[in-house]
Amino acid sequence: MKLNRRKFIKRILIVAASIEAVFLLKDGVSKIDTFSSKELFNAGKADSFEKNKLYPFSTGQFFLKRFEDGGFLAMSVKCTHLGCVVNANSKTGGFNCPCHASQFNKFGEVLSAPATRPLDIFPIRIENGEILVDTRKPVKRSSYNKSQLTYA
Amino acid sequence: MANKESDQRIPSSLEKFILHLHPNRIDSRAIKFNRTFGLGGILALLFVILSLTGLTLRFSYIPTVEHAYDSIIGIRDNTILGQFIRNLHHLSAKLMVLVSFLHLIRVYYSQSIFQKRAENWTYGLLLFFLVLASSFTGYLLPWDQLAYWAVTVITQIVEYIPLVGDSLAYLLRGSDTVDGNTLINFYTLHTGIIPLLFVVLMSVHFWLVRKAGGVALPKTEEKEKVDVIPNLLWKEIMVASIVIGGLFIVSVFYEAPLLDQANPLKSPNPSKAPWYFLGAQELLLHLHPFFGAVIIPLSAALFFFGLPYFRYKNVNIGVWFNSSLGKKMSIQSSSISFVFTFILIYILDHFLHFDIWFSGVPSVISTGVIPFLLYTLPLAGYLLFWYKNHKANNTEIIMACTSILLSSYVCMLLISLLLRGEGMQLIF
Repeated sequence: MKLNRRKFIKRILIVAASIEAVFLLKDGVSKIDTFSSKELFNAGKADSFEKNKLYPFSTGQFFLKRFEDGGFLAMSVKCTHLGCVVNANSKTGGFNCPCHASQFNKFGEVLSAPATRPLDIFPIRIENGEILVDTRKPVKRSSYNKSQLTYA
Repeated sequence: MANKESDQRIPSSLEKFILHLHPNRIDSRAIKFNRTFGLGGILALLFVILSLTGLTLRFSYIPTVEHAYDSIIGIRDNTILGQFIRNLHHLSAKLMVLVSFLHLIRVYYSQSIFQKRAENWTYGLLLFFLVLASSFTGYLLPWDQLAYWAVTVITQIVEYIPLVGDSLAYLLRGSDTVDGNTLINFYTLHTGIIPLLFVVLMSVHFWLVRKAGGVALPKTEEKEKVDVIPNLLWKEIMVASIVIGGLFIVSVFYEAPLLDQANPLKSPNPSKAPWYFLGAQELLLHLHPFFGAVIIPLSAALFFFGLPYFRYKNVNIGVWFNSSLGKKMSIQSSSISFVFTFILIYILDHFLHFDIWFSGVPSVISTGVIPFLLYTLPLAGYLLFWYKNHKANNTEIIMACTSILLSSYVCMLLISLLLRGEGMQLIF
């Protein structure tokens, strides 16, 4: 195939545009980073949380759940279906989404569609007996397992 | 003698430019109102109205999370004619979505998309996409609860696209959630990039209409040509006056909605997407996202862009519905698909719970493949019936497919808009 000047320039332009597109998609446009400036969310003393209870933190946008065995799990309030804020269901101990009726159990797993994956979780660190929740990046998961719990 | 004087007046350059959008003389059938319904012209007019009102609103609007909502309140309460201009902008935008949809339907069913008009169909679809994009980006700007959650819902739908979904949603929002970065993104798109693209694409669109010889008309032996001025111009001025008059009157009485300021901690119940995207949201309620957000939108887009290029056997350019069989099939298939979609949604909502019955199998199958087949198989059978029993050509079959798709979307949109209340449950 013959490559003349026009074809050459055209292809160079296409390649340059594609590379640019890949970078745009990969890193996005860098703007004020609203997340890295945020510090870890301090939820308070680990001892002060009772077992088998759910604590909503609306400013941190997560639910902190302490299970029977003392393990902590911080779940995002955002429904994994279309991003609405879920409400705690005091009857089942799980969560209900007001928008499209998705239901989650106490581990954040899907009980009824349209949501397809469990509620996202935030990593927890416990330092000097205080619970620090990393709310910068929610962690996606496909199901609940015990390794997601953090112990005091 | 005053009459003679005005006949000799030489039009200004600006007048000449506008008059050159049309040819000197035109086929008399092309200017019959029910040939085009003036839809393309109304859209051009709406674009002008939206540009003028939008530029006016720009003087008062502040695109930051702190001030956006208050600046809208300011426009409403403390600006002379502020609310009127906002109403006008809001209504014209709504009307533009509706009219561009009707324009698309008119062009398609009058068989004006083939051969030399095929390229312009592509530009038309791109323009339709721009109409939706400008409407959607404008939706966020008031920064009220309606805006915030509608945009949240739609950008979450984008995340369902495999591989690039997350990055694409991030690029759109400029952030992980809808926030100030999203607002500035949407503002720039809405008031800068999209209007510019509009001007470019509209110019090409108009030029290609002229190049194809104007409005598509059926072949005929004898043509009667008439002068554009006054025959066409007079009609255009009439339609424009009616549209402008109607919009002004409604804008006085209809208030553009403004809810409470956006609150990321509280979702209103129900949270709905903008009305023209509600069909897509309805689809996601019943179908696994892999089907609802990927397969179906993608194949629908391919289908529509490909429409002029399929191999047709008997295309009658400019003939409504191509033939009397085509007309019969279009009307019947769109009615049947509307009713069928309605019944299927009702049954899916109340009786069929595949996600619970087949909780063992992957959800792609239980809530994806099964409902998808429930919809496609009966309709495929229906088309097969026309093919076998009535010797329908592929032109008519494809037209029936288009009717089925459009009518199903409209049905889902109406259900989601009118018949879903709290928790997006059906109200009956």
